[in-house]
Amino acid sequence: MGETELSIILLSARVAFTAILCALVPAFAVAWLLARREFPGKGVAQALVTLPLVLPPVVTGYGLLILFGSKGPLGQLFENLFGISFAFRWTGAALAAGVMAFPLLVRPIRLSLEAMDQGFGEAARTLGASRLTVFFTVTLPLALPGVIAGAVLGFAKALGEFGATITFVSNIPGETQTLSLAIYALLQSPSGDAAALRLIAIAIALALAAILASEYLARRLTAGGRV
Amino acid sequence: MSVLKKFREKWKPVFRPEFRKNNELEHFRDSARSGSALCVDIRGRAGSFEIETAFQAGAGVTALFGPSGAGKSTLLKMIAGTARPQSGRIVAGGRTLFDSATGTNLPPEKRGIGFVFQDARLFPHLSVRRNLTYARWAGRRPASRAFDEVMALLGLEDRLDAAPATLSGGERQRVAIGRALLADPALLLMDEPLSSLDKARRNEILPYLEAIRTEAGIPILYVSHETSEVARLADTVVLIENGRVADSGPAAAILARLGLAAGSDPDEAGVILEGRVVDTDPSYHTATIALGDDRIELTGNGFAPGMTVRLRVRAGDVAIAIAPHDRLSIRNQLPAIVAEIRRDGAFATVALGFGGQQLLARITAKSADALDLQPGGRVHALLKAVSVEMARVEKPRPALTSASSPR
Repeated sequence: MGETELSIILLSARVAFTAILCALVPAFAVAWLLARREFPGKGVAQALVTLPLVLPPVVTGYGLLILFGSKGPLGQLFENLFGISFAFRWTGAALAAGVMAFPLLVRPIRLSLEAMDQGFGEAARTLGASRLTVFFTVTLPLALPGVIAGAVLGFAKALGEFGATITFVSNIPGETQTLSLAIYALLQSPSGDAAALRLIAIAIALALAAILASEYLARRLTAGGRV
Repeated sequence: MSVLKKFREKWKPVFRPEFRKNNELEHFRDSARSGSALCVDIRGRAGSFEIETAFQAGAGVTALFGPSGAGKSTLLKMIAGTARPQSGRIVAGGRTLFDSATGTNLPPEKRGIGFVFQDARLFPHLSVRRNLTYARWAGRRPASRAFDEVMALLGLEDRLDAAPATLSGGERQRVAIGRALLADPALLLMDEPLSSLDKARRNEILPYLEAIRTEAGIPILYVSHETSEVARLADTVVLIENGRVADSGPAAAILARLGLAAGSDPDEAGVILEGRVVDTDPSYHTATIALGDDRIELTGNGFAPGMTVRLRVRAGDVAIAIAPHDRLSIRNQLPAIVAEIRRDGAFATVALGFGGQQLLARITAKSADALDLQPGGRVHALLKAVSVEMARVEKPRPALTSASSPR
């Protein structure tokens, strides 16, 4: 494996990990709201969450460009508040990957919350646990398989994200050129086939490893009586 | 918090086993009896119908008894704080848990109540031990009750490291009871804890519940629609129908009244009698029980003279004879007086008075006519020894003082 290939993989991993780590907490919050609370406009909220899944990725990428570009309202807000800029940077690639992976994170978490017997929470409260304690000792551990499933699905999606990323932050080697973008660039040049095949093999290996790791984790964490 | 602390101080004698032998506890029990440990007066909604209930519960087991869907479980939830009444007041052990007038509504975790759910609700991701001690590590409740003692009481010592999913239904319910007891409750609520179990499992759990009634020393509110459970466990019965209190009083009296009430399940009709063991015959595994001036002989091991026992006699197991018979397998023949006869179709339920107590006999209408039974008539009540359920009672129950067992 060459140095460029390694840097492409490292960049892709950084983008995908950042995307999932940042998206996980809001995804859990949204999943919890959708599963446990009734509020006006719930249907619209549900549709908005699912939107990146069904919208052409190019449209999502363009939307991000409008909102989070250097002149976009949210882009300027982040620049001023946290000093984070997204335009044509790897952080932008992570944002695009996170937004595209968001529906995939929310869905399994929401399903696991909906399947959970709320009586467990009730029982925990009568045993003296506050709402917050119930969340950390009962709700979260019981939703963990859903969280892991979501995180793995989302990670795979983030790793392979293409359309929104290339639209939002372009294809800059060393900065925004993730695995899929690099494969695409190589396939565009007449002599890039061999290099592209190597990256494709790596992509397949990474995807398989992610699935196996998640299955192993899910089995360990759902085995009864471990805590 | 200071209120909570004061509350704990007040209830300390009940929580701490080492105080048990102290007179303080006896004193407390007496005051709880007269002052009543739980006072409920609430109105609220449960699905389609209104709940409007007022009752008091003192020491011992108070059964909320009534048909399914009468609002009993909702009532329990309101006491526990997981459902909210529209208005009213709930006071437990001198502490106000809910009062719509002052806007008081303590969250469930601050109510100091133990709840045993119908479906156990053991946390599936935690071991039995972590489930049992949940109130201590997650609820920050004090470890006032000795863990080992509760485990011995419930027979759970061997299953502590098991996962809840591997437990039998009966074991699961025992863990749920232990978990609630270890939460240091001032009041224990049980919502049909046996209804998810088959008959064999129920009989496995009932002795544990009886032990808890005696050992826990806290008031227990027990929701059930099973006459046999109520008969075996309850000291006081609050009859709930359509969200309202239809009747309340000592268990024996209410169940006797229910036995004659139209609409209740005739197969479950019966009475509870309290008596004293006066003699045992190990060679036949029998015990002679004094019921007032009358004596009956029942089967059972482990009974000793002087013990107080509680009997449940089903109406269907009592026969009536005009004169005593000596060439009969039924040896228990109590002289009695017909108090009341109620007919329903082919059957008749006859209330029989003897020595200040009451028996119910369920016979056919044809038999009643053939014997020409009339209120005030002298008869003999025949009890088959094998069909009477007998359980040991630790101390005389104020609810059942009609059973004249001098102590």
